[in-house]
Amino acid sequence: MSDIAREAPLPEHADDVHTEAAAWVAERRYADDWRDEDQARLDDWLAQSPAHMVAYWRLDAAWRRTEWLSAIRPASDATEHRMLPLMLKMAAAFAVIAVIGVAAADYLLTPHDRTFSTAVGGHETVAFADGSRIELNTDTSLRARMNADQRVIWLEKGEAFFQVKHDAAHPFIVMAGNHRITDLGTKFLVRRDPKKLEVAVSQGRVWFDAHTPSQSTLLMPGDVAVASANSVSVTRQSARELATELGWRQGVLVFKHTSLADAAAEFNRYNQRKLVIADAEAGAMKIDGTFRATNVEAFARIARTVLGLNVADDSNRIVVSR
Amino acid sequence: MTASDVQAWFVREVLPLEAMLIQFLHHNWRNRSDVEDMLQDVYVRVCEAALKQIPVPAKPFVFTIARNLLIDRVRREQIIPIEAVADLDALGVAKDEPSPDQNVIAREDLRKLQIALDRLPPRCREAIVLRQVDGLSRREIAQRMGIGEGTVKEYVAEGVRALASMLYRESSGRKA
Repeated sequence: MSDIAREAPLPEHADDVHTEAAAWVAERRYADDWRDEDQARLDDWLAQSPAHMVAYWRLDAAWRRTEWLSAIRPASDATEHRMLPLMLKMAAAFAVIAVIGVAAADYLLTPHDRTFSTAVGGHETVAFADGSRIELNTDTSLRARMNADQRVIWLEKGEAFFQVKHDAAHPFIVMAGNHRITDLGTKFLVRRDPKKLEVAVSQGRVWFDAHTPSQSTLLMPGDVAVASANSVSVTRQSARELATELGWRQGVLVFKHTSLADAAAEFNRYNQRKLVIADAEAGAMKIDGTFRATNVEAFARIARTVLGLNVADDSNRIVVSR
Repeated sequence: MTASDVQAWFVREVLPLEAMLIQFLHHNWRNRSDVEDMLQDVYVRVCEAALKQIPVPAKPFVFTIARNLLIDRVRREQIIPIEAVADLDALGVAKDEPSPDQNVIAREDLRKLQIALDRLPPRCREAIVLRQVDGLSRREIAQRMGIGEGTVKEYVAEGVRALASMLYRESSGRKA
């Protein structure tokens, strides 16, 4: 060991070295355009002393740790209040960039039905002349009959968020299969999967008429009605939980104690490149976190580094196993 | 060994020992203001050695370096510390304990990261989140935060330093 216990040249103080190293990390990691000459300047500084190099490694490692940010779950209510709005606010910012093809167009009142649809990963907003707006999530299609007499939407498949301009004389009706949702001045979400229908109210009230079993329910803000083949249940969610369900409007998926299998199914709604959870044990693991819906790679990276799972990657699918 | 091999090894094996190293140095050196510089020396020596050959396992090697450094200092400054340089066995560092499940480590790291971020000054946190979550450029972050690009850099530098201290310096699993 004696060969490395050499007499050091006048050493710089660690504090000064750290200050400089931190400035380099900030410069390097926030550079919009990191050129060869920038790298050369950094290399020069690193080569001046091993202390520079080590300090830079240490701080850069801390920086890289923040790449896990998307997997962070608020630990308690206290932190949640601070973290989640921040995350969602941030998410809203990139939604402007990430949500391609937001088509806000005014459609004239027309006697003809019009069809609107989105592809996998798509997200579109349609604004109607009566002031109502519909946001279509991924892989969604609906037909609209909006005219002076009638306001009816048929949700063929997928998920949409409705912001309805109330008009008592002309009720706004959403049909999903045999189920009918009638607006009473409101904002609400309707999601139609092959197996079930979900209606969640964020503002105002709606009438939900389920067909089988035949049942009419008045839904209030926070109410979530789920109709499956032969049952209807209504649960109540907090505003925060509802905001979580509406994360897609900002381009994010929010998981809370979600099984890996369910999370993968959610990602697969938005991406052509499918996540496959290869075994049930891995599929049952619970995760928390906020992810960009289209960034399945970030999710796979977390599965590997945080959950310690094997991730095999080819061009059209990502296989996760234990 | 290439520098990037050593870097990866250093981040993976050595940085997690920082809390324990600091404790070891504090315990054996009266002048607390020297400890930062001593830690830097330990890291430099460790990495210089690793450039020749990466020591396996890392932990006893790192603490042996730390002990040698303490001994060198004692000799150079001709002072006898009140306590003798601690017995490494007593610290439980000589034998390389089986490391806990990787999975558990990662979760613990995540928890630490969350706590650390929460404790950052809000502007520093914002500058980091806008980059890592939103992928904004420095210019966009400056506009968003209503500050100059130079100030963004200052917030980030301050944030990264504070994060490193919280992540590597504070031992986990202890009661607060």
